[in-house]
Parts: sequence; structure tokens; C-alpha cells
Amino acid sequence: MKKITDFELIEKEDFGNAVMLRLRSPEPLPDIDPGQFAQVQVNDSPATYLRRPISIHDVDFDRREISLLIQKVGEGTRHLAALECGSTVNMVYPLGHGYSAPDAKERVLLVGGGVGIAPLYYLAKRMSQLGMKPALLLCGKTKADLPRLEEYQKVGDVFVTTEDGSCGEKGITTAHSLWKEQQVDRICVCGPKRMMHAVADIAKERGIECEVSLENLMACGLGACLCCVEDTVDGNVCVCKEGPVFNIRRLKW
Amino acid sequence: MVNLTIDLGRGLVLRNPVMTASGTFGYGEEYTDFVDLSQLGGIIVKGTTLHPREGNPYPRMAETPSGMLNCVGLQNKGVQYFIDTIYPRIKGFDTNVLLNLSGSCLEDYVRGAEMVDVLDKIPAIELNVSCPNVKQGGMAFGVTTTGISQVVSEVRMVYHKHLMVKLSPNVTNIAEIALAAEASGADSVSLINTLMGMAIDAERRKPRLSVITGGLSGACVKPVALRMVWQVAKAVKIPVVGLGGISNATDAVEFMLAGASAIEIGTANFIDPAVSMKVAEGMKAYCERHGFQKVTDLIGALDC
Ligand SMILES: Cc1cc2nc3c(=O)[nH]c(=O)nc-3n(C[C@H](O)[C@H](O)[C@H](O)COP(=O)(O)OP(=O)(O)OC[C@H]3O[C@@H](n4cnc5c(N)ncnc54)[C@H](O)[C@@H]3O)c2cc1C
Ligand SMILES: Cc1cc2nc3c(=O)[nH]c(=O)nc-3n(C[C@H](O)[C@H](O)[C@H](O)COP(=O)(O)O)c2cc1C
Ligand code: FES
Repeated sequence: MKKITDFELIEKEDFGNAVMLRLRSPEPLPDIDPGQFAQVQVNDSPATYLRRPISIHDVDFDRREISLLIQKVGEGTRHLAALECGSTVNMVYPLGHGYSAPDAKERVLLVGGGVGIAPLYYLAKRMSQLGMKPALLLCGKTKADLPRLEEYQKVGDVFVTTEDGSCGEKGITTAHSLWKEQQVDRICVCGPKRMMHAVADIAKERGIECEVSLENLMACGLGACLCCVEDTVDGNVCVCKEGPVFNIRRLKW
Repeated sequence: MVNLTIDLGRGLVLRNPVMTASGTFGYGEEYTDFVDLSQLGGIIVKGTTLHPREGNPYPRMAETPSGMLNCVGLQNKGVQYFIDTIYPRIKGFDTNVLLNLSGSCLEDYVRGAEMVDVLDKIPAIELNVSCPNVKQGGMAFGVTTTGISQVVSEVRMVYHKHLMVKLSPNVTNIAEIALAAEASGADSVSLINTLMGMAIDAERRKPRLSVITGGLSGACVKPVALRMVWQVAKAVKIPVVGLGGISNATDAVEFMLAGASAIEIGTANFIDPAVSMKVAEGMKAYCERHGFQKVTDLIGALDC
């Protein structure tokens, strides 16, 4: 069931280019799948008329808390990053279809680039709760692009690449040594489009199942306006409703 | 107790003046987690054409100050698919379900209207003669008096229920177009559809929309819409349905005062999916506060 809820901002951690917001709901949370997102309202920002789609980064059902990891790219995200604790943040959530439910027998690799690492934390956490230990390949231009690495290490085996070598191996995502050494059955990706394409190419070449999370521009987030469509093998489909996570077989990649 | 009922004629009676605008509310199903549809006067479902349409390529929208541009391009699976697959799912809704019908030639409008005429639970169609996105489509009909007379009178011959004609604001004299629709048999007119606009990404020196131009909607269009509703309401005798930038009950009341008999809410549904219900409640509260026994007393009650 989708909800519209006024959350209270209870904790904020600033990482320079990004910020993590921990938000508490006055009522119990509905089921939320990894890879689903929220449409976040930005108040008092005249340039931000529409809501902003942001992935669910973490969920604590007992404490009725949702965390978001947000990169400051424009007016809306900068406004959210500047909120003070105690502020109200209205969200419509949970939206869309997330990553396929993990199968305990599979070796799963999660690949995140930049703020694309956001939904993978919740995915890895859910997998670790099922007794799995996913491998996480987290990639950025520089170390500052990869906040909360310690937290990721608690829920999976973390591998890192940065383009400047400031953390982990130096180079781009697909150059990491793990691609030569590890056998995987499934890859879940979220990040810049170019990176996702490169990973999808590897997956196709090796016949590995691969799911990617798209970031098409959205208006309603509910499958009502048809603004966010992706041209797939089934024609134009709404990313907000049938995605944002798609198996690459369904895309024209 | 305030009487909120609005009778738009030829069997179309609304529980209250609030409807949701075509293209912004899907088929209603997308909003049932947020809105009790039985609290609305009606919902107007997605623009539908006789034949399926893939619509325009992505990107289809651009945010603008207090509004947005879209060039969805009438993506839909066609009238037959609507009848076979969607209608059975939504015909039980406890509200008026109106179909927004569009076409790229006269024959398509007529055939589409004929097919919808037999659907029990669709009390009206809203004829979209104004969608600015379709290259050789709607635009031609909606912007000239001869064009609109032609399409409305042809559809009138085959369609026996309430015929609402949705007007384009991209014209010089909207009252003249509305009069032509009235004279050709329209039971009501709704306005405004989106205003033709454009957005550019200066950094990349590229248009933001795939087909360059698109339709502007949202709070920013309200003053234009209000003015047009006022002009049309003065000119015609049939009921006028007002829309364009309505975001709250006060906006809705303003349209009624300007002469609208009912209103539609579009883009505001994206900002608050529950807004339609809140507007209905707020209009009732306004009537109570100002001592109006019935909402129809608001129609054209502008003091000027
Ligand atoms: C399903 C989904 C999940 C997302 N999850 C996250 C997340 O967890 N964390 C996060 O930081 N961001 C996420 N995004 C991207 C985020 O929605 C945009 O960065 C945000 O809307 C930008 O708003 P703004 O007002 O700050 O920027 P604007 O002023 O609107 O734009 C600034 C710049 O950002 C670019 N931009 C705007 N919207 C998007 C978009 N949807 N995708 C890519 N670039 C965009 C613009 O082209 C422009 O160059 C997600 C997007 C989607 C569709
Ligand atoms: C994404 C989108 C899709 C639309 N699709 C249609 C459509 O299919 N048929 C139609 O008559 N109007 C369509 N419209 C226009 C709206 O119904 C409405 O006339 C317009 O948006 C102005 O009202 P608003 O400012 O309240 O949104 C669409 C508008 C938007 C934003
Ligand atoms: S954003 Fe409206 S349909 Fe996806």
C-alpha cells in the first residue's frame, strides 16, 4: 500500500557532496522492497515544483525510520540537504518495483556508482538478514563519493574502485580485479547510465542475470502521467511503476 | 448542509464540482491508495484514440517555474483495448468516469465516440480537440471555428450522452471557439488544455523535450486559465468546466466565481496525490463559511 506521510527529520549526516537523512514516520511503515523509491516533496523552494524521486537507502521497521542518501545536484536536493532536524519531509512511498527477491543459492554481486550506491545498502542489508553475504563493488570518482563505507562493510564483502585511486583500486568500475576473479550468478546495478551499460555488457557476454535501476525524469511517480517511459522490448513502459529496476533483457541495451 | 451537486446536463450529474483532469490521473486506479473516488464528482481518464499510439520519445517532461511541460503525445492502447481491458476494471468506481477522446482525423473521432456510446458506465466523453502534441492531430480542429464545428457536429450525430468539448488555449479568441462548439451541439465545454511552450538546456544547447515543444500546465497557468474561463462563461449558455493550475480549494472557488460550473484538477495531483479530495472538502467549507446553501450559488458570483 502506498502512503503519503509527513516524516520528521531526526538525523542528518553531511558528506560534502551528499547527505544522509534519517526520517521518522508517525505511523508504522508499510512493506518496502529494496530498489523502491519515495517521491519527496521539497518545501519553500520555488524552483522545485515537482517532487523528487529518491531511492530508499535504509529502513528500520521497529523505529519507523527511513533513510535517504542524497547527492546535492540542484535546487531541490540542495534544499533537502539544508533541512534542519525536526523539519517535516512529506513523502509518497514506497513506489515502483525493486530488485528481484534474492535466492539464497545465488552468488550475488551488487554494483553501485556514485550516489547509485544508495539503494544497494538496503538490498545488502535484507540479504544479510537472510544469511547471505553479497559482494558489493562500490565505485566513485574519488573517496568522497562513497559515504558510509563502514556500514556497507557490515552487510557484505566490499570492493572499491575510485578513478583517482584515493580509495580501493584505481580505475573505472569494469576494470576492478574482481571481474577476473569472482564467479557470480546475478548482478544488481545502480549508478550512472554509462557505468550501468558497461556492467550490462559484461553480464550479457557472460550470460549472467543482471538488473539495473533507471533514473528517468518523473512527474507523478505513480504510473499516471506517462512522462518517465523507457523504450523497452515491450514498447514504452513507465519506469516509475514497472521499474525503476529492470532486467536488462527487457531493455533495448 | 451545503448542497454540492452539479447538474451539467444530459444526464451528467456530479456529486460535487471536483473532477480530475485527463492525463494526470491515469485510470483512477493509480490513486486509490490516496483518494476515495466516491468523494469526487468524477474522473476523466487518459486521452484515448481509436488506434493505439506509442506517444513521443523520452524525454517527455521538463519542470518549469511553478509548472511543467509535457509532450507525452497521447500514448494509449486504443479505444478497443480500453473497452475490453480497462473499462471492466473501472466501471464499478462509485463516481462518474469520463473518457477523454482524441483523434488525428474526423473518422477516428466519430468511430471512437460510437464505440464509447454503448458503455453504460461512461456518462460522458470529453472531446480533446486541443492536444498540442500530436503533429497532424487535434490542433487543427481546436483552433478554428470551422474545425471545431465540424468535429463536434459529426461526433454529436453518433454520441447520445453528455458531450463535453475541451478547448485549447492556444487561440486568439477562445469565446468564439466556445460558441462554435455550443452551436454544434456540445453539452458543455472544459478549458483550458495545456499552453504551448518550450524549454532549453543552455549548457547542452539542446531542447529539454524530445519533440522540442510541449504543453505547459500547473500553477503557473492559472491566471491565463481563469481569464479564459471568465471570457467563455460570459459568452456561452452551456456549462463551463474550468481547469488550469488549480492546486487547492481557493483556486477552485475562483474558477467557479469566474463562471465555471465544475472544475478539474490536473498537475496538482502529482504534487499531492490526495489533493482532489481535499479540494472537494475545502469547497464545502468555503460555502459553509460564506453562507452559501448550494455550490451552484458560486457560479459566476464574481462581484465586479
Ligand atoms: C527512481 C529514482 C531514484 C533516485 N534515487 C536517488 C537517490 O537515492 N539519491 C540521489 O541523490 N538521487 C536519486 N535520484 C536522482 C534524483 O531524483 C535527482 O538528482 C533529483 O531529482 C535532482 O533534483 P534537483 O532539484 O536537485 O536538481 P535539478 O535542479 O532538477 O537538476 C539538477 C541537475 O540534475 C539532473 N537531474 C535531475 N533529475 C535527474 C534524474 N532523475 N536523474 C538524473 N539526473 C537528474 C538535471 O539534469 C540537472 O543537470 C533518483 C532518481 C530516480 C528517478
Ligand atoms: C502529463 C500530462 C498529460 C496530459 N494528457 C492529456 C490528455 O491525454 N488529454 C487531454 O485532454 N489533456 C491532457 N492533459 C492536459 C490536462 O488535462 C489539463 O488540461 C492541463 O494540464 C491544465 O490543467 P492543470 O494545470 O491543472 O494540469 C495532460 C496534462 C499533463 C500534465
Ligand atoms: S512519472 Fe508519471 S508515469 Fe512515471
